[in-house]
Amino acid sequence: MSVRDDVSARLPGGDAGLIVAVLLVIYAAYVLIGVGLGYSLRGQLNTIAVLTFYIGVFAMLALALNLHWGYTGLFNIGIVGFMAVGIYVMALVSKPLYESGGAAQVGGLGLPLVVGIIAGMVAAALLGLVIALPALRLRADYLAIVTIAMSEIVRFSFLSGELQQFQLLGERVGFGGGSGLILDFTDPLEAFFGFFGLWDAYLGFVDSFEVLVPNNPKPVVDGLVYGVVLLFFVAAFYWLLKRTGESPFGRVLKAIREDEDVANSLGKNTNRFKIKAFMLGCALMGLAGILWLMTSGAVTPNFFRPRITFFVWIALIIGGAGSNTGSVLGGAVFAALLYQGPRYLKNLVDTVLPNADAPSGFGPAIAPLISNFDPAPLFFYTIDSIRQLQLVFMGLVLIWLMHNRPEGMLGYRKETAAGIPLTAARARGTAETDGGESASGGGSDE
Amino acid sequence: MGIAETYTRGRQFAVARPGSVLLALVGIILLYDLLSGLATGQTSFSSVGSLVWDGLMRGLVIGLAGIGLSMTYSILNFANFAHGDFITAGAFSGWATTYLVAGLGRADVGALLLVGAGGSVFGGTLGIGVTGTPLAVAAGALVAGVATVVLALGIDRLVFKPIRDEDGITLLITSVGVAFALRYLMQFVFGSSVRGTTSQPPSISLYFVDGAVRINAHDIAVVVVAGGLMLAVHLLLQMTKLGKAMRAMADNEDLAQITGIPTERVVRSVWVIGGGLTGVAGYMFILWKGTLGFNDGWLLLLLIFAAVILGGIGSIYGAIVGGLAIGLTASVSVIWIPSAFARAAAFAVMIVLLLVKPEGIFSGRSTA
Repeated sequence: MSVRDDVSARLPGGDAGLIVAVLLVIYAAYVLIGVGLGYSLRGQLNTIAVLTFYIGVFAMLALALNLHWGYTGLFNIGIVGFMAVGIYVMALVSKPLYESGGAAQVGGLGLPLVVGIIAGMVAAALLGLVIALPALRLRADYLAIVTIAMSEIVRFSFLSGELQQFQLLGERVGFGGGSGLILDFTDPLEAFFGFFGLWDAYLGFVDSFEVLVPNNPKPVVDGLVYGVVLLFFVAAFYWLLKRTGESPFGRVLKAIREDEDVANSLGKNTNRFKIKAFMLGCALMGLAGILWLMTSGAVTPNFFRPRITFFVWIALIIGGAGSNTGSVLGGAVFAALLYQGPRYLKNLVDTVLPNADAPSGFGPAIAPLISNFDPAPLFFYTIDSIRQLQLVFMGLVLIWLMHNRPEGMLGYRKETAAGIPLTAARARGTAETDGGESASGGGSDE
Repeated sequence: MGIAETYTRGRQFAVARPGSVLLALVGIILLYDLLSGLATGQTSFSSVGSLVWDGLMRGLVIGLAGIGLSMTYSILNFANFAHGDFITAGAFSGWATTYLVAGLGRADVGALLLVGAGGSVFGGTLGIGVTGTPLAVAAGALVAGVATVVLALGIDRLVFKPIRDEDGITLLITSVGVAFALRYLMQFVFGSSVRGTTSQPPSISLYFVDGAVRINAHDIAVVVVAGGLMLAVHLLLQMTKLGKAMRAMADNEDLAQITGIPTERVVRSVWVIGGGLTGVAGYMFILWKGTLGFNDGWLLLLLIFAAVILGGIGSIYGAIVGGLAIGLTASVSVIWIPSAFARAAAFAVMIVLLLVKPEGIFSGRSTA
């Protein structure tokens, strides 16, 4: 624990330096493996763009969850429900008006993207309010059950035929039902740069990439730039939550986490604080859902299975609940090692052994092993089913973490509830007139 | 005088328990809607009867599976999210046995053991059913129970025992890890397809006011098995020392240990009883609904949680009554709302009841 904190203290830039260092190590590892296998530059850039994308979304979601669980002690396992509400409401507001003959079965209200994003966040926050009002007064594990039940209700609702298409303000709108919803609003990057009047400059910037990536560099550059935008959002989340945590409001939240009765007896209306914190976190989860899916072209309800909630929890627990830096690190490590890692591994095996045919099921895969000790089909089946097996692996990692390191990478590093830096007392020695205690536990605080 | 008193008492109740009053109002409105529908002939008695019967079957399965969850919840003090995948594991092990017994010699053993993964064997072709292949079904139910007991004990030994003294949330998070590892391991082995498992069972039509309510052989099997096992658990907990020891542990584990109760042995018995019931419940669920997929247990788990919370955690009678209530809600609610929201209605009932009576219907009684 102390070793890790020393690392963080010795790095230039402190926590930000630690995050940058971890990101650099991750990227270096991916690039080195890619170079070793002779990947093209285009492939490398794509890998990096996808990796950055997932680091960004998982870091954002882990940060939002940290506000719930790490700061306030609210056990929310319905994250994916808030993400779904965020993107669906955003699509409803921002999709262009319905035109018959188009590819999209339903239209939207045709409002600008920013309005849609805000509407999506507000909707997610309101859903959070509806959940929080009954559930917060109950035990922590009840909140868990209510939130996960809610996330499944949200998924089933979007799957249902009743919400597939309806009239709103005289427009034909809807959520598309089980067949999904086409997100045919303006390309978010175009809207983003167009807002600043920089779209043509951006296109020129893309064209300059033809030196590196001949023929059609736009998808590659778009992916990279979108990844950078996501990292900016991560930074914004981090800043917002750090500010929130250090504010008087955040101090009450931490008091609630440590002992709700004490906070209550000091005259704080803890229920109201919990509801506000819950709603803020839900809005951020909605925003993360929007940013995750707004560039994907279409969205289906079955994307929002509880496994994504499970991913975010693993990311937070890897990093260490209670620490914003830990949340970002956890999101990055989770995305690089547990989420993208196995898929990258599959690609590697496919590159090394290009002509291997995987059996279609477990039966044909295991039969040769039993009959004539041929492990190859089982191996190829395993590689082919890596998307299922990585969930098994994540489950085992979670169990291992809870057994051996429930505090995550950054130890029990909880941000202190004091408005002034406590560590300064130690630096200045014991000459303080007000009996400045050489905060022994201060070294482990931020 | 009498009227004024009643009025005063009623007003006090309304002020003290606004949730209960609101709930009663909603209930009255729904009942009125149903009765007027029945009176005008828009809703037929027989369709309501069919829905109620369907809900009872679902409720029996939920209640049976809920007993195990309720026991671990009260004695080990955590919400076990792996419980749904114990159900699935029981179902797959049991159905592999049923397929093997019913189809031995008629199809490839590997395909039978994998419960016809990838469409290699079909349950309907094998003629599986309570009446068609009674031996295979009995063997399957037995194996489902035993296999789930073994699985539950193994997972307890490896995963939950080392962190027995941690708080409930730590155990809950760990159980989520177990759930995902188990579920996707099963998907890896058995495939992700949803397969039909039974052939059409024989059924009888009971005349009910204005139409027929069909009851098939598998419904009867569910009633017999679930009812019998519930009775057996009731007797076990009432008649034996184990039941008393479990109640003592649910109350205060340290005190129970000081009084000489072998707490670890009680925990093992809890996994044995709970696991066995869960496995059989999973098997009967699949027998009743006729299809099997790797997600079935998980989807049922949320309803089971609703039932257990509704009934009051730790009470097996609560689990049974809660299961019936949730099963009935999920089935009967389609009278008023679109069927896509039936599941949501069951959760809504749970949430509303949590508001009105957070400790559940059978509050204050732990285990039996």
